[in-house]
Amino acid sequence: MIKGNVNIDAKICKGCELCIIACPQDALALSSHFNDKGYRYVELIYNVCTGCTNCALVCPEAAITVYRQAKPAKKEKVSTE
Amino acid sequence: MSEKLYLEEPEVELEEVYCRPTEALYDIPFHYCPGCGHSVVHRLLMEVVEELGIQEETIGVAPVGCSVFAYHYMNVDMQEAAHGRASAVATGIKRVLPDKYVFTYQGDGDLAAIGTAETIHTVNRGENILMVFINNGIYGMTGGQMAPTTLPGQVTSTSPYGRDVSMVGAPLKMTELIANLPGAYYVTRQSVHNPNAVRKLKKALTKSFQYQKLKKGTCFVEVVSNCPSGWKMTPVESIKYIEEYMFPLYPVGDIKVPKE
Repeated sequence: MIKGNVNIDAKICKGCELCIIACPQDALALSSHFNDKGYRYVELIYNVCTGCTNCALVCPEAAITVYRQAKPAKKEKVSTE
Repeated sequence: MSEKLYLEEPEVELEEVYCRPTEALYDIPFHYCPGCGHSVVHRLLMEVVEELGIQEETIGVAPVGCSVFAYHYMNVDMQEAAHGRASAVATGIKRVLPDKYVFTYQGDGDLAAIGTAETIHTVNRGENILMVFINNGIYGMTGGQMAPTTLPGQVTSTSPYGRDVSMVGAPLKMTELIANLPGAYYVTRQSVHNPNAVRKLKKALTKSFQYQKLKKGTCFVEVVSNCPSGWKMTPVESIKYIEEYMFPLYPVGDIKVPKE
């Protein structure tokens, strides 16, 4: 499985939960903590992120940065190793 | 299971595939309510501007409404227009500086109510600008009053028993109206309710900016958006409301595409 990761800026997250319903892996959830503005922010709870960028696309606050493993590694075209 | 896999695998190099536009969008939090579609469109517009490398050549016109402070977030040249007159201001800018990319960003209270005349005449003249129209069916900034685009039967603060079509008329479908005008070059209706819709909207915005080079006419992009605060819903409920009630009246898709 392709591995990815997300970095959610808890300071600007408003906890609208749109990324939670957009995530195909159900890897996101609301935190039990609050940020400075008083919103419950979203965090990654399972390490199953595939880096599909769905959450970042629907995020109204543009708070999400998505990382994914490099392309040559996931395809078997490059068989040097 | 996947957790176990993760532990067994050696550390994999992760590369950044998506991040907030750094150049064209200022690094300050949006003032919009949680879940509002406005900020998605702000971000997409600036992403497109950044990817096309036209940040220095782009001039935006901000409307009156929730997005009145669009110039606080967009790091391009911006001009504030009087209520509803964004397309008239953009006409002036485009005529003086024909090589710049000019776009207006308006909501439904601005474009479809007070600015109907300006909008229709701008498209009729075929000005080479991009008009972005955010349709959330309500006057968001002033407290959720009924707009021309409000759905029949929709409860707002000025239609507490639902919109009565026999008294105030049917919803105004601005995009279909504009597609009939000869000056319109590319007319489309998109949405921001799920990731795929956002991808399609980005493509539509990219195309609209590219068409400006051809000087063939007005590009008009309507975005069916949500207003969780005005609709008195949670953001997730408002997304379901868009799918259930907005789409039958405002179907998503291209309405007028260039013949080629």
